[in-house]
Amino acid sequence: MQKREGVFSGLKILAFAWAVVGPLTMKFFADHGATVIRVETSHRPCTMRSSAPYKDNKPGLNRGGYFTYYNANILSLALNMNHPKAAAIARRLVAWSDVFFENYTPGVVEKWGLDYESLKKIRPDIIMLRQSGYGSWGPYKNLPAFGMVLVPIAGLPNFIGWPGKEPLPVGVSAYTDCISPRFAAAALIAALDHRNKTGAGQLLDLSQFETAISFILPGLLEYESAGKEPERIGNSSPHAAPHGVYRCKGDDRWCTIAVTNDDEWSNFCRAVGNPELVKDPRFSTLGNRKKNEDELNRIVGEWTVNFSPEEVMARLQKAGVAAGVVANAADVLHDPQLGGRNIFWPMHHAEMGDFTHLGQSFQLSETPARPFSPAPLLGEHTEQICTEMLGVSDDEFVALVQE
Amino acid sequence: MLNHLRALDLTDDRGFLCGKILADLGVNVIKIEKPGGDPSRAVGPFWGSKPDPERNIYWFAYNSNKKGITLDIEKPRGRELFKTLVSTADFVLESYPPGYLDEIGLGYEYFHKIHPKLIWASITPFGADGPYRDFKDSDIIVMGLSGTLYQTGEADGPPVHISVPQAALHAGTDAAVGCMVAYYHREQMGLGQRVDVSMQQSAAWFQANAIPAYELNGSILKRAGAFRAGTSSQVAQRQVWPCRDGYVFFNVIGGRTGAKTLSALIAWMDEEKLATDFLLHLDWDNFDMFAVTQDVMDKITGPVAEFFRRHTRKELLAGAVPRGVSIGPLSSMQDLLDDENLNARGYWTRLEQPELGTNITYPKEYIRSSLMDFSTRSRAPLIGEHNAEVYKEMGLSDKDLRSLKKDGII
Repeated sequence: MQKREGVFSGLKILAFAWAVVGPLTMKFFADHGATVIRVETSHRPCTMRSSAPYKDNKPGLNRGGYFTYYNANILSLALNMNHPKAAAIARRLVAWSDVFFENYTPGVVEKWGLDYESLKKIRPDIIMLRQSGYGSWGPYKNLPAFGMVLVPIAGLPNFIGWPGKEPLPVGVSAYTDCISPRFAAAALIAALDHRNKTGAGQLLDLSQFETAISFILPGLLEYESAGKEPERIGNSSPHAAPHGVYRCKGDDRWCTIAVTNDDEWSNFCRAVGNPELVKDPRFSTLGNRKKNEDELNRIVGEWTVNFSPEEVMARLQKAGVAAGVVANAADVLHDPQLGGRNIFWPMHHAEMGDFTHLGQSFQLSETPARPFSPAPLLGEHTEQICTEMLGVSDDEFVALVQE
Repeated sequence: MLNHLRALDLTDDRGFLCGKILADLGVNVIKIEKPGGDPSRAVGPFWGSKPDPERNIYWFAYNSNKKGITLDIEKPRGRELFKTLVSTADFVLESYPPGYLDEIGLGYEYFHKIHPKLIWASITPFGADGPYRDFKDSDIIVMGLSGTLYQTGEADGPPVHISVPQAALHAGTDAAVGCMVAYYHREQMGLGQRVDVSMQQSAAWFQANAIPAYELNGSILKRAGAFRAGTSSQVAQRQVWPCRDGYVFFNVIGGRTGAKTLSALIAWMDEEKLATDFLLHLDWDNFDMFAVTQDVMDKITGPVAEFFRRHTRKELLAGAVPRGVSIGPLSSMQDLLDDENLNARGYWTRLEQPELGTNITYPKEYIRSSLMDFSTRSRAPLIGEHNAEVYKEMGLSDKDLRSLKKDGII
């Protein structure tokens, strides 16, 4: 197998990964050189493999856009865990692994005899990372979870929407899917470091619900302080005015503007060519701007609608006022700032053709994340893994495939 | 364990969470504030609604487990103290405007030469370089440029922002991972490096479905309000439903996942005589969300909506757990504090804050280890709370500290 250079070169991870949380957590390791083997089966493929949109709108397990986007650098081993011989192969894989990762609903790996105690018998210094929706123990452990449901259970939509109207989901629906992987990866590296120094493995247990609460914690503490449940405030802020999203020229084009102090307000008035506005007593202080916010927003919107969001951003930023484009997917993909930061990796995939894979989220000066291989076809690396890594003989492999 | 490591945390509210995660993992994190306190302490909300830098709620949320000292690194004596501190540190975390620390001679380039093992994380709105480098930011600006904002909101209205700032949290968690990757590398190769984190990039990293959908179909995923965007179906999929005392999030979806939840939900409705014959005889295993008609959808959603309207959030969650129904009642803040699963897992811990005359409930652990303690052990530091401890360890006397304080250096 091609040598993968990077911080985690030589590290071996066996991943029973599902949906988005699995590959995103594994990504921090695979992108830095770890060998991450995803165990998959066509009998029950990952939900992302069977989700539209597909290449040329033709369904197929290797044609899904979402799966491909999230699974760069990961290897795929096809193994039907419900086959009687699968357990023996899984045990050989465990013996080979430094890390056993899983984010299934708790109970699944137990059913296969791959709970922590059993893994330890095969590989005493194994590190097991479990990352289910509600944690591997506790009263909700068997409740299936996915991001769209965890978002409201963690309370996020209390902070999204207009006063007096219904709470809204985060547009990128499974928002919590991006929260737990970062907590998990940081802790897993700490556990690996500990093992390297002491020889001791461990069990890490993470609940996606629990990590998601970290993203609304100030709201929760405010409730503890005041005893009042949060109210939805649209795009306003207690600390800035104007503060919001304003319509721009074009179809569904919008910009953001945030003015936090009086200097910025006077910069804003000059930049929009209306220096007289600075003298308007209705808007002379933050307090007054908040008091007359509807009128203020109307005036701002009457100006922004004449320009593209890019023009608003350029003109206001030049004047020292915080403003930006409300970027849609095409804007993000072509954003000149993001473009220099390796967030997207164009790679050639056997069935998808040239396709954008998700790249790195942060930049390391000496050991950057690298695109080694496109998302795997289902079972693409089965033979290689069995013969090169597990030492299965060719005859034995052929026999296993036939079964 | 990481408790032999030290991090100096110079970040403002753009970067607090990075040091918090490192501190949870065991690193000794020293928060360095300007004398008088970090300017972000002046921006509310405040505990008890009293504007006071020692009552800042955002500070409380993301600085627990850290120690706190004051230091003006821009004054000559402060610079020297900072240099000495850096010589004892494994990590420096900072969120100054790009290039500023280099300009005053205290940047990564300077320290990397004399302390090659040092790991240096910079958290900035747009990254250390590039055309937006010097742009002014605010959470709504960065979330807009990340693509998240555009997709949130009602279909016929403007995009809507999440009112708890999010970009700094994406960036803070990423910076913590970056620091740990860099640390793992250092332990093998002996060399530190720079972790350059852009809040825009960290927030844009999670686009869920927008980028592949655009690339494959040229379609821009838009806002769908209480409905779900992104399916190619002609039929709207409601996602937010009223229940008796609030809202519950639920989608009619196909596939194996959908079949499991839907058939369990219909069985639950049937216990209360709310499942229609149509629902009881629908073949969920072969239900195709992409081929469903509006008429069929209405026949499903009508009784489901009625079922939700009759139940409270608590009843819905309590009933969903034993039946394996994946629905999401919208938790209030009190629901979270009362949540059965969180409490059974010992998720909440009360930390004493004697200066407020109270104790406050915080999450105890974001991740649990069978071997290591990742818990929240101490509340966020007061301004300069650990000055004596940290500076005396460097050989300074009480007299030195008084003089430094008088000169506005600490």
